[in-house]
Amino acid sequence: MHAFKYHRAASLSEAATLAGKGEAKLLAGGQSLVQAMKLRLASPSDLVDLGTLKELQGIKSDGRTVTVGAMTRHAEVERSAEVKKAIPALAALAGMIGDRQVRAMGTCGGSIANSDPAADYPAAVLALNATITTNKGRYEADKFFTGLYETALKPGEIITSVSFQVPKRAAYMKFKNPASRFAIVGVFVADFGGSVRVAVTGAGPCVFRQADMEKALAAKFAPESAAGVKQKKEGLNTDLHASAEYRAHLVSVMAKRAVEAALK
Amino acid sequence: MAVKISMQVNGKAVAAEVEDRTLLVTFIREHLRLTGTHVGCDTAQCGACTVDMDGRAVKACALLAMQAEGASITTIEGVAKPDGTLHPMQAAFKENHGLQCGFCTPGMVMNAIDFARSHPNPSEQEIREALEGNLCRCTGYHNIVKSIAAGAKAMAAGK
Ligand SMILES: Cc1cc2nc3c(=O)[nH]c(=O)nc-3n(C[C@H](O)[C@H](O)[C@H](O)COP(=O)(O)OP(=O)(O)OC[C@H]3O[C@@H](n4cnc5c(N)ncnc54)[C@H](O)[C@@H]3O)c2cc1C
Ligand code: FES
Ligand code: FES
Repeated sequence: MHAFKYHRAASLSEAATLAGKGEAKLLAGGQSLVQAMKLRLASPSDLVDLGTLKELQGIKSDGRTVTVGAMTRHAEVERSAEVKKAIPALAALAGMIGDRQVRAMGTCGGSIANSDPAADYPAAVLALNATITTNKGRYEADKFFTGLYETALKPGEIITSVSFQVPKRAAYMKFKNPASRFAIVGVFVADFGGSVRVAVTGAGPCVFRQADMEKALAAKFAPESAAGVKQKKEGLNTDLHASAEYRAHLVSVMAKRAVEAALK
Repeated sequence: MAVKISMQVNGKAVAAEVEDRTLLVTFIREHLRLTGTHVGCDTAQCGACTVDMDGRAVKACALLAMQAEGASITTIEGVAKPDGTLHPMQAAFKENHGLQCGFCTPGMVMNAIDFARSHPNPSEQEIREALEGNLCRCTGYHNIVKSIAAGAKAMAAGK
């Protein structure tokens, strides 16, 4: 790991000032960033630790939305009675991330900012039409994820919270890589009564919505509606874990299972 | 670049000056000389470096030491009684042949103790899921699962 200067932010505004310097980076749980730094895939000049900022922690729910603070750990979302009641699929998704030690440290904000192509949270953000609030403004989910490890965030911009819309019913199904537990393909289906959103992670360079499936499910919210839509393999990832063709196939299978689970 | 760091480790206050980039596991092993916490992969996969930080099992290779500033850390050296009586989870590993070479064991035990606090009577399935972040290269998983089931019961019984 290359040397850097560590800073512990005392307030959000101090964090913003520090994060604006040189090649500074924000540090949340470190579960992705510290690994990337060891591999020298990231070599920030400064690290700004958000770990002690209370205003970035916690979960609030008002019946229409569930708002998760950026520094809320996956384990807290997994166990939250409020999340389980309002959006059980979101609590379940948090509980499927990595392993329990990773979930004890990893954060919602860190996962979303990282935009890993195989990460789980981005699927929930997109399917639950979330709003991402930062120290500078707000982003709609549809405009947030812009590519492989890329988001609309500007350098030094800090996510403060993510507000997920409460659906009528929803479920997330993930075909896990058995070694890393990251998604080879994960599909989040959310029925808002009249409109349906389907988000696919793991399959492409970045999380995306499956518009044909959304239409079919809005017409009839049933497993066969999802299974009947074939995902095109063009543009999907091929790597040692799975070919683009296999991933395309998994999209329909995971979507069908997600609809089955949402109907239970 | 150096920073001052202080925390509680196994109930004792420790303070030092370390490089900013020092990992928590490096601080524990090389500065404090507590070498029971192992490094298996150094990539956050194997769980051999698991320690307890403020009541949660975490991977010490996946954190900077500074992320534990002010925290209360327990390592495998801190779980037995001062007179040497094993922690019920350690005793359960011993009784159920839950270790072969022993390399993964400190991480297994530290994760198992945290898990058992919220799962006093876990099912085999729950135990296997809780072990997703701990690898055993000797592959002795069956007996590790048995050990954790017994250890969790013993902890709940206050043994
Ligand atoms: C063994 C292992 C298995 C894993 N398995 C999964 C899995 O199955 N599914 C999955 O989704 N993830 C998985 N992860 C990743 C995990 O979910 C991480 O918690 C997550 O990617 C983000 O990590 P973090 O919160 O610790 O953020 P960090 O690693 O600290 O930061 C990640 C990035 O986000 C930026 N950032 C952090 N917070 C903010 C903020 N508030 N505003 C703006 N930018 C910010 C940082 O600058 C950095 O670039 C796994 C990780 C490990 C080590
Ligand atoms: S050494 Fe930390 S997880 Fe393997
Ligand atoms: S006992 Fe040898 S690695 Fe687990």
